Amino acid sequence: MAETAVVEKKQAVSEPLFGKKEKKLITDPLGDNNPITIQVLGICSALAVTSLVVPSLVMSVAVVFVCAFSSLFTSLIRTKIPKQVRMIVMLVIIATLVTVVELMLKYLNYPIYKQLSVYIGLIITNCIVMGRLEAFAMANKPWRSFLDGVGNGLGYGVILVAIAVIREIFGKGTLFAGSAVEMKIIGASNEVTSYWINTAAESGIGSWFSWYSNNNLMVLPAAAMFIIGIMIWIQRSYRPHLVDIS
Amino acid sequence: MELFNTFIKTAFVENLVLAYFLGMCSFLAVSKSVKTAFGLGLAVIFVLGITMPINWLISEYLLSENGLIGMDLTFLRFILFIAVIASMVQLVEMIIEKSSPALYNSLGIFLPLITVNCAILGGSLFMVSRELDFANSVAFGLGGGFGWFLAIIALAAIREKLQYSNVPPALRGLGMAFILTGLMGLAFMSLMGIDPSIYTK
Repeated sequence: MAETAVVEKKQAVSEPLFGKKEKKLITDPLGDNNPITIQVLGICSALAVTSLVVPSLVMSVAVVFVCAFSSLFTSLIRTKIPKQVRMIVMLVIIATLVTVVELMLKYLNYPIYKQLSVYIGLIITNCIVMGRLEAFAMANKPWRSFLDGVGNGLGYGVILVAIAVIREIFGKGTLFAGSAVEMKIIGASNEVTSYWINTAAESGIGSWFSWYSNNNLMVLPAAAMFIIGIMIWIQRSYRPHLVDIS
Repeated sequence: MELFNTFIKTAFVENLVLAYFLGMCSFLAVSKSVKTAFGLGLAVIFVLGITMPINWLISEYLLSENGLIGMDLTFLRFILFIAVIASMVQLVEMIIEKSSPALYNSLGIFLPLITVNCAILGGSLFMVSRELDFANSVAFGLGGGFGWFLAIIALAAIREKLQYSNVPPALRGLGMAFILTGLMGLAFMSLMGIDPSIYTK
């Protein structure tokens, strides 16, 4: 009975608030239409922050926020924007939101704000935000644009965090370094001098891999490029229709 | 001599694209042929060299507490910088169109792209966070632009040659460009041993 009631209610509203189409807006950018591996947008600003997990999580949240709300606001005033100056209008909207994010981060967590330094400001020129405004928000209703923004921000964040996890584990042997839940994953811990008595890592998988010494390549920016290259390779070998012919 | 050091340092050791990932989108998208890469590279040097001094003047005389307005307006930095960059790009485009149609035809399409090139805004933000003085910010702009120019031409040349090699299908195009950029980044890291300051002693 309850189910039929729901169905009836859905049919009554001509456009459901969160139907299949809306769900697709969020799930698509996570897979087949990923902003980083498929659309190649927004690699610019944020890869340099991926050597640690915590800053990349913060960066992802910031991008989701900016992406979602800039889509929403642009979509709200899309009929009022003259075509010739739309770039400037979008840039002002994005820059305002990024300023909000910057001030909030400065207030909430100053060390991370310092660590991210100029990269927070560079969200303005992050091509995903601009790209989605131009391609989607200028032609769609506010609620759908908002979801599209959230989806693309998430698709970007997922890749960012995945790269950061790989780089931090193999480069520093830790996870979530610099936060309250910092963990030692592999490699001998710093407090213990002899590597086979590794008390700090005895309970985790670190006790099996205490011989591991950190791979300095992973700390270099080049490692992020290799990891994305390999991710694209894996994704496209499973989905041959994504391979570009050029 | 110190200015020359800044130039060399930003062009090679701290290359904007290979060490900081700035301007990656257009770097990967426009590096398919050397000719177009050359045009975009020139335009980036040009715009970076112009916007950095202007943004320096703005942040020093308008936004800082000791400036003309006398208030701490640094929170307006992002909006003003991006407005300056967008309007400068527009202005440069108009000037080139009037003065040199040949150059305009080769740069024309790339100029609007540059507004959203992270390297331009990134340069200005680095300038603020490193507290460079006026002359150094000019050297930083030109050096950063030159480094970007070198990097995109190198990648374009490699990608042109790559068409004759047998790359796994799934890695063709974009995937290979990423791996190449990584390798180039490693190659540029070997320049870190250069310390130009020894020549000034």
